[in-house]
Amino acid sequence: MADHSNGGTHDVDKFFDSSLESVDAAEELVIEIAKSTGFDEDAVHELGMAVREAMVNAVVHGNRYSLKQKVHFKVGAGPDRITVSIRDEGEGFEPQAVADPLEQGNLLKQSGRGIMLIQAFVDEVNIQRAQPRGTEVVMTKILNRA
Amino acid sequence: MSVKLTTRQVGDVTVIDAVGRITLGEGSSTFRDMIRDMAAAGNKKLLLNLGEVSYIDSSGIGELVSGFTTVTNHGGNLKLLNLTKRVKDLLQITKLYTVFEVHDDEAAAVRSFS
Repeated sequence: MADHSNGGTHDVDKFFDSSLESVDAAEELVIEIAKSTGFDEDAVHELGMAVREAMVNAVVHGNRYSLKQKVHFKVGAGPDRITVSIRDEGEGFEPQAVADPLEQGNLLKQSGRGIMLIQAFVDEVNIQRAQPRGTEVVMTKILNRA
Repeated sequence: MSVKLTTRQVGDVTVIDAVGRITLGEGSSTFRDMIRDMAAAGNKKLLLNLGEVSYIDSSGIGELVSGFTTVTNHGGNLKLLNLTKRVKDLLQITKLYTVFEVHDDEAAAVRSFS
């Protein structure tokens, strides 16, 4: 697993295998960074959940657990925010094509809530096709000072 | 920690006590298997105690929904008990608070099946 950490103390730039263990590792990593940055317990939890959901999408739907495809995981921590980028090497998808899980007819569907939860738990989200392939999710959580 | 599930009977209501995390992988599959087996065995009154569940991701939510549907299709009812604030918030965000019957008191929850 390549690690190209650079920049700030908490900055991370690494490639994860497409596995559930990587999902756990990414979540734990961002939780530690969020705690160090000074996020409160609820914000740490929310960011961790958003990262978990994006990692699951990358591993399961993007890379389909492929041993050959990696998840590029980057974290940039500033004094008042953390930005996380998660990029898979899959086929890519159109976010607008994802069914709204809050529509009455979709409430009892078993899946399809990941993107909605990411949007609920962080302050800024951008999901776009990556070049030459895959999907990149960039999310930012802003520190709320008392 | 992946979820650990134990069951007990309170009258004709089966209470499932869950401890840990219900997330994609072992946690969610453990939960799915138990609910499916319970429903298939004819248990029509299931009360899922989530008081010790620290974390549910969207996959875990999916299994709750799937379990609800499975039990309902078998003519039964699955209700929830002792949700933590975080799980409660999750059900609010996903609008599933309108689907599940949620209780904070076990005795009242058991009576509600009558």
